[in-house]
Amino acid sequence: MSTLQVSLYRYNPETDSAPYMQEFQIDTQGRDLMVLNVLELIKEQDSTMVYRRSCREGVCGSDGMNMNGKNGLACVTPLSDVVRNNKLVLRPLPGLPVIRDLVVDMGIFYRQYERIQPYLQNDDPTPAIERLQSPEDRDKLDGLYECILCACCSSSCPSFWWNPDKFVGPAGLLQSYRFLADSRDTATRDRLADLEDPFSVFRCRGIMNCVSVCPKGLNPTRAIGKIREMLLTNAT
Amino acid sequence: MVTNITNPGRSGLADWLIQRVSAVILALYTLFIVGYLLFNPGLDYIAWSGLFSQAWMRIFSLLAFVSLAAHAWVGLWIVTTDYLNKWVGIRLAVQTFIILAVFVFLVWGIQVLWGA
Repeated sequence: MSTLQVSLYRYNPETDSAPYMQEFQIDTQGRDLMVLNVLELIKEQDSTMVYRRSCREGVCGSDGMNMNGKNGLACVTPLSDVVRNNKLVLRPLPGLPVIRDLVVDMGIFYRQYERIQPYLQNDDPTPAIERLQSPEDRDKLDGLYECILCACCSSSCPSFWWNPDKFVGPAGLLQSYRFLADSRDTATRDRLADLEDPFSVFRCRGIMNCVSVCPKGLNPTRAIGKIREMLLTNAT
Repeated sequence: MVTNITNPGRSGLADWLIQRVSAVILALYTLFIVGYLLFNPGLDYIAWSGLFSQAWMRIFSLLAFVSLAAHAWVGLWIVTTDYLNKWVGIRLAVQTFIILAVFVFLVWGIQVLWGA
């Protein structure tokens, strides 16, 4: 059977009073397409449907969405990974306001990212050449710097759904640890002081949805554990 | 930094540590009580009240009661900030009720331990 049954979340606030699901029959010609290819085929049938995409190879992080109940990047998710019983349900990332169809407002996600000051801070005088780092110290940033901010993790986290204005969320905390772990950053104490309240870090209950959905295979839960360790070391 | 005034530790780190230490104490106390009941099948009032008349048992019990109070306060505070997250008035009322109930049960527990 090469016809795929696709159920697509549709919402245009200018014309629709409420969101609804629209059904499409997509001829895959038996190929194991990426979900993004299916969206392109849907777009041929109905040009009013809207989604974000850019690089189509899992680098830009634009096409994060919920596919059969699990967040991921449509461009690097083959149908064989998500389709069950020849059905595919596509929804926008959960927990973020919908602008139209699969396009969500990422403002609250970016505000939490901004809050952790995602840039190198160093009080020491600027050296004549670049700030050096040993290969061992550089290795500590592996598994942290690769994040592309697609929001698949934070928008799959119930703690972020509840308190997106107070809990930094897995994406922001992974980046927070990326700068806490950087040997060239001297703002460690100030960074930790901003995180020790009951929400920013400690709202993480360790259910690891973030790890399960990350398209880059990163582990925000481990980074959050490391931040907790640093807070504890600093305060006892 | 997010400010908070109705959680026991005032800081997430303190709450987190309180939650874990009190959980260990409660686990030890539960294991002890269950073990004691299993190893004393024909338990009567004299033996039971004899156990609780000893100073170490009263200290251990009070430690468990204080742990239960702290554990409940931290845990329920977190529940209210999730599930009652949109209703400030109801949340504050429930948090106040929880803190007062924890206090009442704790004092009652002390009275049971040292009374009679």
